Amino acid sequence: MIETPLTFDIGGVSFDYEGIAAIRNLSLQIGKGERIALLGANGSGKSTLLRILDGLYFPKAGFVNFQGEALTPERLQRDGFALTFRREVALVFQNPDVQLFNPTVFDEVAYGPLQLRWEKEELIRRVGEIMAFMGILDLKERSPYRLSGGEKKRVALASVLVLDPDVLLLDEPTVALDPRSQSQIVDLIQQWRGTNKTVVTATHQLEIVEDIADRVLVLEAGTVIAAGTPSEVLSNEQLLVRANLVHSHRHSHGGVVHSHPHRHGHSHDEHAHGPSERP
Amino acid sequence: MSQSSFIEATLRSFARAFAKALVSERAGSQTGLLQWFDPRVRVIGVSVLVVSGIVCQRLAVVAAVFGLAIAIASGSRLSLSTLATRVWLVVLGFTGVIAVPAIFLTPGRPLLTVPGVFSISEPGLKTATLLVLRSETAATLTATLVLCTPWMHVLKALRSLRLPAEIVTMLAMTHRYIFLLIETANQMFESRQSRAVGTLTGPEKRRMTARTAGVLLSKSVELSHEVYLAMLSRGFDGEVRLLCDFRLKAHDYIGLFGFLSAGAFTVWVGR
Repeated sequence: MIETPLTFDIGGVSFDYEGIAAIRNLSLQIGKGERIALLGANGSGKSTLLRILDGLYFPKAGFVNFQGEALTPERLQRDGFALTFRREVALVFQNPDVQLFNPTVFDEVAYGPLQLRWEKEELIRRVGEIMAFMGILDLKERSPYRLSGGEKKRVALASVLVLDPDVLLLDEPTVALDPRSQSQIVDLIQQWRGTNKTVVTATHQLEIVEDIADRVLVLEAGTVIAAGTPSEVLSNEQLLVRANLVHSHRHSHGGVVHSHPHRHGHSHDEHAHGPSERP
Repeated sequence: MSQSSFIEATLRSFARAFAKALVSERAGSQTGLLQWFDPRVRVIGVSVLVVSGIVCQRLAVVAAVFGLAIAIASGSRLSLSTLATRVWLVVLGFTGVIAVPAIFLTPGRPLLTVPGVFSISEPGLKTATLLVLRSETAATLTATLVLCTPWMHVLKALRSLRLPAEIVTMLAMTHRYIFLLIETANQMFESRQSRAVGTLTGPEKRRMTARTAGVLLSKSVELSHEVYLAMLSRGFDGEVRLLCDFRLKAHDYIGLFGFLSAGAFTVWVGR
């Protein structure tokens, strides 16, 4: 039961891509300040759910309420509601290339505030602050197209963090990043623990879940199949296998061939040897 | 050069050219003739000259407008050799294909006749030259505008001139994802190359190119949708907003008067 005021209240939501179901009868409540991880294999509906939460897709059935108000295309066409919603809810896309479309990194970070009609002085000050915070000040005049994967991701994050949104929706924020960039992003999400920021992160990287979430929802075929604390979910090996988040890994140690459920990012010492172990 | 390698080389050149255009947008901040004016004056001025060059019927007058276009490009510190290779030759190639038959097929007083082979008529040559010259003039002026004005300023100027938000959005989208699209096409060719063994025959190359084009088209639709969603997510509503405000100064009014006068004069003498 959510005790804090509700940021999102979703009931019976279904969504499909030209007949192919992506979300099925999904109900979910997200409280203010919650840090949630959406776990699921590719195609489980994580990205679609984030887009529904960001008011980019609208469900074919069911309802989505944001802070008690229905999130509908009609409401988002109203200037006042759209400005408030876009100011308070921000989505970082999985592929930073689609999110970076301005000529320079500075323009990219300033794009959101400009669209939301900030005062120029505040905009320039805030853009400078967030670029310094994200360590991208030296990239200011560079083209986003010419950056490395980690730099692109940081610029993409900066371009939404500059708005200081209350709700952050992150789609696979650490995927395809080097370990240092991954840990920087995890550190950033950890810093928001205890603040009023609501953070919903879609990922299939189990090793970061305990650091970025207080509640985990496991998605399969567009619906929530399990929910719990990170330790509850991560200790349920059967659930993880069912959701395609771990797989059977077969290899040998000093001539001994064995197999066991395998999670990416864990060291060999953490592997629990399974029953199929054999010489 | 084989067909596929020609396509790959072309795509790479496009990618480099677009990267340059997107990265630098620097010509816009250089001092020069066109850069001196407010972006709205630039857009109006160039549009007026393009239209007047197109409606003009006299070859000598169109040539004069072309000369004016070159002078503006030169005064705006654009390299004429760049214009020659990237604009004039390309336009000559495309319009030449359309214009050349007119030289032989348009009836009129023959200028050169090789009996039984071909005959070049005076009106045919004039029509073809007029078509090529008009295209070169329009392309030179447009390229000068785009190279001397950051794209976002062009879009904002178009919006402030009451061009519908839907059209401006389309232009913004095209500019934003074309680079990604070319990069994707490039990667597709590289990926195909890394898996190819032996030499493909002509029909195989054509089939491969057609398939690639089809996949690329599907990807482009998906990509444009994604870019649009990313823009919406950050508050895009069809309006173009920039840090700088457009303000007309005295020299902008003088420039506007100059462009309008030149356009009106061209139309009048070129009737």
